Amino acid sequence: MFRKVLRISLVAVALAVLLPAAARADLLQDLQALTEKSNETKAAAVESLAAGGHERALPILEAYLDGQLFQVKADDRMVIGEEAGKGYRIFDAVTGEAAGELGKRKLRKVRINNRLRQVVKAALGGLTLGSADPAARMRAADAVFRSAPAEMVAPLEAALASEENARVAERLRRALAATRLVNAEDSALRVAALQTLADFTDPDVRAVVAGVLRNDDAGAPLESDAAVRAAAQETLATIERALEFNRFLASIFQGISLGSVLLLAAIGLAITFGVMGVINMAHGEMVMLGAYTTFVVQEVFRTSFPGAFDYSLAVAIPAGFLVTGLVGIGIERGIIRFLYGRPLETLLATWGLSLILQQLVRSIFGPTNREVGNPSWMSGAWEVAGGLTLTYNRLWIIVFALVVFALLMALIRFSSYGLQMRAVTQNRPMASSMGIRTGWVDAMTFGLGSGIAGMAGVALSQIDNVSPNLGQGYIIDSFMVVVFGGVGNLWGTLVGAFSLGLVNKFLEPYAGAVLGKILVLVVVILFIQKRPRGLFALRGRAVEN
Amino acid sequence: MSEAAPEMAPAEVEPSQLTEVPAAVRAAADTILYMDGVTVSFDGFKALNGLSLYVLAGELRAIIGPNGAGKTTMMDVITGKTRPDSGQVFFQGETDLTKLDEAAIANLGIGRKFQKPTVFESHSVLDNLELALKGNRGVLASLLSRLAADQEARIDAVLERIALQDQRRQLAGSLSHGQKQWLEIGMLLMQDPDLLLVDEPAAGMTDAETAKTAEMLQEIARSHSVVVVEHDMEFIRALDCHVTVLHEGSVLAEGSLESLQDNRDVIEVYLGR
Amino acid sequence: MLLSNDHGRLLSPLGAKITLGLLLAAGVLVPLLNLAVPQDSVFHVPTYLVSLLGKYLCFALLALSVDLIWGYCGILSLGHGAFFALGGYAMGMHLMRQIGDRGVYGHPVLPDFMVFLNWKELPWYWYGFDSFPFAMLMVVLVPGLLALVFGWLAFRSRVTGVYLSIITQAMTFALLLAFFRNDMGFGGNNGLTDFKDLLGFDLQSDGTRAALFATSALALALAYLLCRWIVGSKLGRVLIAIRDAESRTRFLGYRVEFYKLFVFVLSAMLAGIAGALYVPQVGIINPSEFSPANSIEIVIWVAVGGRGYLHGAILGAVLVNYAKTYLTGAAPEIWLFFLGGLFIAVTVFMPKGIIGSLEQVSARVPLLARVAGGRQ
Repeated sequence: MFRKVLRISLVAVALAVLLPAAARADLLQDLQALTEKSNETKAAAVESLAAGGHERALPILEAYLDGQLFQVKADDRMVIGEEAGKGYRIFDAVTGEAAGELGKRKLRKVRINNRLRQVVKAALGGLTLGSADPAARMRAADAVFRSAPAEMVAPLEAALASEENARVAERLRRALAATRLVNAEDSALRVAALQTLADFTDPDVRAVVAGVLRNDDAGAPLESDAAVRAAAQETLATIERALEFNRFLASIFQGISLGSVLLLAAIGLAITFGVMGVINMAHGEMVMLGAYTTFVVQEVFRTSFPGAFDYSLAVAIPAGFLVTGLVGIGIERGIIRFLYGRPLETLLATWGLSLILQQLVRSIFGPTNREVGNPSWMSGAWEVAGGLTLTYNRLWIIVFALVVFALLMALIRFSSYGLQMRAVTQNRPMASSMGIRTGWVDAMTFGLGSGIAGMAGVALSQIDNVSPNLGQGYIIDSFMVVVFGGVGNLWGTLVGAFSLGLVNKFLEPYAGAVLGKILVLVVVILFIQKRPRGLFALRGRAVEN
Repeated sequence: MSEAAPEMAPAEVEPSQLTEVPAAVRAAADTILYMDGVTVSFDGFKALNGLSLYVLAGELRAIIGPNGAGKTTMMDVITGKTRPDSGQVFFQGETDLTKLDEAAIANLGIGRKFQKPTVFESHSVLDNLELALKGNRGVLASLLSRLAADQEARIDAVLERIALQDQRRQLAGSLSHGQKQWLEIGMLLMQDPDLLLVDEPAAGMTDAETAKTAEMLQEIARSHSVVVVEHDMEFIRALDCHVTVLHEGSVLAEGSLESLQDNRDVIEVYLGR
Repeated sequence: MLLSNDHGRLLSPLGAKITLGLLLAAGVLVPLLNLAVPQDSVFHVPTYLVSLLGKYLCFALLALSVDLIWGYCGILSLGHGAFFALGGYAMGMHLMRQIGDRGVYGHPVLPDFMVFLNWKELPWYWYGFDSFPFAMLMVVLVPGLLALVFGWLAFRSRVTGVYLSIITQAMTFALLLAFFRNDMGFGGNNGLTDFKDLLGFDLQSDGTRAALFATSALALALAYLLCRWIVGSKLGRVLIAIRDAESRTRFLGYRVEFYKLFVFVLSAMLAGIAGALYVPQVGIINPSEFSPANSIEIVIWVAVGGRGYLHGAILGAVLVNYAKTYLTGAAPEIWLFFLGGLFIAVTVFMPKGIIGSLEQVSARVPLLARVAGGRQ
């Protein structure tokens, strides 16, 4: 509270010093002017109010914007009214003191229209520069940046001088530079402003700077000063370079994000393929089941524990793993076991299964998308720099994919199950003759692979539509990851997933999403010319047969 | 990981334009198979380690060695299934085998019989032999192929030699283990190669079958060069030929079976560990 | 004791005679019952049924092409729908050019969708399709060329088994995405449709429909004979050898990649012909024909009938598609359950399909065995 008072008074003092003419009389005059018919008069009154620096200017303008500024019909007194029952609780506009209640009919509303709203907003931007809330100050600075009115130069300078928050100070600097650029007469000042703007990598700033270089209808440059034009050119180039770099970073992020999704989707496929030589065409449906498990878990949370919704994923992840893992074990024991040594038939049978699962989910949950919510800690985005925003849900999925990968590597390397699994991968008959129950390893592996797919589904439910076709969208890409990365080595899957993710996202800007995807498919087909067994293939006699 | 994946098929190469033939090979004109310093490694494990081996034309050669000595890998290198990391392999003194793929090597006249009998199980005995029959292997030639009278006579002769006349219409998959081994030998005969590589022909056979197999091989060796890989010492004794002992991917000793049985190194390799 | 069947004689098993007999009978009778028998007669075959049966025959030809490579050479293509669709597009392009200025926009050369997209002239790859012989050449050449390039890349580097299946699927998926694009010049999402006539005959008329049916039956019969000739020759035995023991076949000196390439290209051409016959009978070709799901469905037709039996593929295609027609009409929800269940049931319980099971069960019943009598 103390800080707020201090800040408001600071700005008020600054404004008062800068504009000594401001007085109570002016305030009254401006208020009356607002009731005039002419929009020009009203706009001038708003600007005058804001420039006057009176401490009541802010509440008055806010009330005006919200339609709460009234004139009492009886005595033409200006009041602010808050709705209370059938009438209004009124406060004196000039003093802010409560003045009792009045009926609707005894008040005349001060009219506002859209154009005036813009004027008021810009004016408020200047006034809220003194707000105690850094976010509000930042908004105010941005509002001024966009409108860049000449009279805001001085308030901005004052606000910048007293600003303690570094990020707000940056925005103020940006707003000040833009305002000076647009309004200053002195070309040296404008060049300096342009140089300041070069620090800001931001499409909006680029637009402002590009505005300087525009030509009029006759083709002559609008800006006559050559020095200013040169500075603008330089600034524009700097910003373009920085934006280009940020776009590059954004592509990397999107590529890694896609890669992490592919990793989650492909990793289960890779281990079942590696251990059993079996391609599970219903793998995509395991992902889909995981997503629907998330939906069901969230429904339970919504109805029973609405307060704990943020923790729903903590339940959905193990639930997704268990549900799909059990389905996977069921599939292995019920179907795949009987097709041992016939990988192509297994492929067909699991395809049939995927059709059944899709139709089953369609019959139960309906063919349309289901609503799965983001918990609060996964919504929103982190704005790193202009043109570079990282959404939290994608960031979390990258982390999640890497954690799952690390856990799986640890499981394979350090557990006895992992040892048996590696043994079966490398030489099944030998492992079998050494007493490893290969059937058990198969079932567990299939369960594990499906469980991971289920967790992938939980993650995907956060960024994609949850529909019966969810899995189909990822399955071919996952196959490509497995083919590209090679079998029997999960590092191959990791490298494959991130390479394909990055290549996809880097091709997109040049070739478009569809053509990019086609190119990736062609590249993978050509790649296996060089390495028919993928990037990280096992070698040796046992592999051949 | 090495650059050249061993599974890669090379482009077809004319034997005449191959790498320069080492002088030693040219000198020994009667050398049908020349291997020098052949090394193959799988992820660091050296399956063959500087293996050098020479087989003379018309020779019957037995190769023995404990498990993992590199016997099968050696066969894989000769027949083009595995590319060596280094070393030279020449056939009939002029053809560099490391540049050719399996089909080209087979067509040069090198036949191979596998450790596990591999016949075409859903084909009849007759069809198996017909497929192996020496002749044009082209696609169109196969489409238009008809058996000539002399070819049918050859098939009959081989059928008799491998004692499968009565099973000629039977599916190969329904033969006994021993019969499959013989059928495979019969297929080698149909191929009529200059060099036969035979991997453990007596594995899983009864004593009577083993003796008969040894007899068959000896008869074949009269008109072909034969390399036999075997574990069974009795079988080797029955072959009565020059023996090479492989150990850890290279040649440990060579000589007659009698001389090797007194060799200290050989005894150590077989019994010492 | 299992004995091999006679080979070399084109019509040896009874099954082959039955298949050809039925095809020729249908090719004559169905058009006859449609055109010559009055509509109110019980023997009249309505035109929609003629087209439906014609569609089945095209699918049977497609299944035959898949059986040739999967059943006899072990190449499981999950992208054969692509060759079918390419053949279909080639025919569709000819039919589009035949519309001439009778389109909605009345442009003398450009098809409607190009006028709609504001294109000014015909893309170069549409040249020549106004000529029927050229279009028919493309029906076999385009799928054949794609199969040649794709197969050469895949077989040369010895991509086999599951790997091969996956990349064939990727191939058709890539084409699906490509044909969805408007700027490819193949009508995008909507594909090619609103055909008017073929060789001057109105596509809507009963006579044309009956003729298309008869042509399909004839094409299927000829393709069947061609396939029988191939699988009955030594080439066929090499293919089976490759299927069962690829590496052993190499060591006998056969260039496995050339053999695979030969049947793969031939099979793609047959699929292209099937597509070309299909398009005028259903009146549309669009990118959904490229969808991987379609291609996998073809495989199940073959599996149901019996892979490795040419007449099995035909039987399977007709049976499964009849079930599809019936079920999607009667209870659409059931169809996917049925199809999915079929995939599982056939692979687990009936790996040799109907014909193969018939052969196994009736090994002692000479007549049934003779009906089955393909070459496994």
